[in-house]
Amino acid sequence: MFKNRLFLIFLLLLPLISHAELTVEVVGGAAQQIPIAIVPFSAQTQAEPAQQDNLSNVIGADLRLSGLFRVLETRGVTNHPHLLSEVKYSDWLGIQTQALTIGTVESLPGNRLKISFRLIDVLKQNQLLAMEFNISASQQRATAHRIADMIYEKLIGEKGVFATRITYVNKENGRYSLQVADADGFNPQTVVSSKEPLISPSWSPDGTKLAYVSFEKKKPVVFVQSLVSGQRIVLANFKGNNSAPCWSPDGTKLAIVLTYSANSQIFVINADGTGLKQISFSNGIDTEPEWSPDGSTIYFTSNRGGGPQIYRMPAIGGEAKRVTFEGAYNVSPHLSPDGKLLTFIKQGPNGFKVAVQDLTSGQVQTLSDTTEDESPSFAPNGRMILYATSIGGRGTLAAASVDGRVKQRLRDTGGDVREPAWGSWLN
Amino acid sequence: MKKSLLMSLLLATTLVACSNNAVKEKPAAPVVDNSKSTQVTQPAAPAIKEEAAATPAPAQPEIAVNPLKDPNNILSKRSIYFDFDKDEVKAEFRPLVEAHAKYLTANPNAKVILQGNADNRGSREYNLSLGQRRSVAVKKAVNVLGVQDKQIETISYGEEKAKSCKDETCYQQDRRVDIVYENE
Repeated sequence: MFKNRLFLIFLLLLPLISHAELTVEVVGGAAQQIPIAIVPFSAQTQAEPAQQDNLSNVIGADLRLSGLFRVLETRGVTNHPHLLSEVKYSDWLGIQTQALTIGTVESLPGNRLKISFRLIDVLKQNQLLAMEFNISASQQRATAHRIADMIYEKLIGEKGVFATRITYVNKENGRYSLQVADADGFNPQTVVSSKEPLISPSWSPDGTKLAYVSFEKKKPVVFVQSLVSGQRIVLANFKGNNSAPCWSPDGTKLAIVLTYSANSQIFVINADGTGLKQISFSNGIDTEPEWSPDGSTIYFTSNRGGGPQIYRMPAIGGEAKRVTFEGAYNVSPHLSPDGKLLTFIKQGPNGFKVAVQDLTSGQVQTLSDTTEDESPSFAPNGRMILYATSIGGRGTLAAASVDGRVKQRLRDTGGDVREPAWGSWLN
Repeated sequence: MKKSLLMSLLLATTLVACSNNAVKEKPAAPVVDNSKSTQVTQPAAPAIKEEAAATPAPAQPEIAVNPLKDPNNILSKRSIYFDFDKDEVKAEFRPLVEAHAKYLTANPNAKVILQGNADNRGSREYNLSLGQRRSVAVKKAVNVLGVQDKQIETISYGEEKAKSCKDETCYQQDRRVDIVYENE
């Protein structure tokens, strides 16, 4: 009976948890941005105006988020084209746009939509892209992200990340919930929730599973949960702390941290929880293992030399080499998808900030201007870094371009957000 | 009529569940502890007198006060504080560590959990490891004084129990190991 009551309360709380959304705020700008005009898509039927607007708004917000586009105001242009034949190029040259997006939305039977869009080069007066989608109405936002990715890829020359997902922990009303959301912070889904802390979510390379640390057993234990079935297994519940999971690039193993010998050391374990093997042996703290994209090397945080610094060693274990040398406190290493850049948290005279180190030249650049930054991770195209920071005493998500020129805050609506990780491209 | 009944039922269940949660979240709720702590008191008696003699507090009436709860007894002090990114037990906490070591050796059935914590700056994972090292540092300090391994459990909350601090005075409070006796 009592259990049922608790379950009822849990159900009552669910909507509160899953409705906490994040919105994007741009707080900086790149020197060179492509000016683009996105005309609100026409409705060929009586679809709600707010809904049609959504497409162009979402596409615009995505492109703005990348920091590489200047999204122009189109309200000043009286004639809004929806078909190629309706485009009056002089109108668009007049507001100095280089690219123009137009499109239509048509309602189909069975709550489906036909969305078509075109990308036009205004200077050359030719069509760069044309695409049609037949989708269920609930996929409208996802389709807008796909369109933004196509525009991004066509004009920038590399894959976009707007249709990818992020994960983070949201603390609200004394409960912790691990959530997965679209890259822009919308459409959050709760993966697991607990009144004890949840930390360190790590995406499996195929994006179908999350490994994370839960304190629900009154101590840190590593779980692996399928995002498809919702089923989860205890990956590591050994004596002491079990934490800091990181998947190997082939998805067969995870590096984890155990305090088996009283001191945090790095171990490798198969994804089904078998075959535990210790790979780091030091008298200091060794934690936050991060696999290199080629699987050969593990980067990690260690205080073996005094304060915490980032080191690397062969993934099968072996001699460790120090990687960071600037400053007395460098933690939370994450590698770019090409393995050439390292992002981490660096303590400087003005607090804890996101830094990027070029692993070839050793050059370090501090990206953020906030003071309590945590857990940076690269977007799958390596262009941006997602991290957690604290504004007004509450955790929030932020993203910065790798060159540090563009920074934006993903503003939440009430929760205390931490521990973000950017997922990979699906399929 | 039926609706209002349902509503009040819902409200009632909410209250029940909430109040129960509140109890669960406070591990050291004094009401729960009283019955058990009197049991602990008996074997602890010899230690009390020693400690009471050592403290320059005004003479207390000779009743079986639990030394662990007696505010005049150093054993009631349970927190050892650390410097930023450090796990050394500072000299000023030696008397506290020694008093608990003495109590634990005198009461071989008593058990403690050493809970390590860190302030909320830097990495959560590094802080989890740092909290662990702090609790192990306290364990080693009492081990040296004769306390057996089986009496001690070390755990770390990292920065998960830290307050949202803005200044050093506040951060300082979070960098600590709490000594929690079993059944407390």
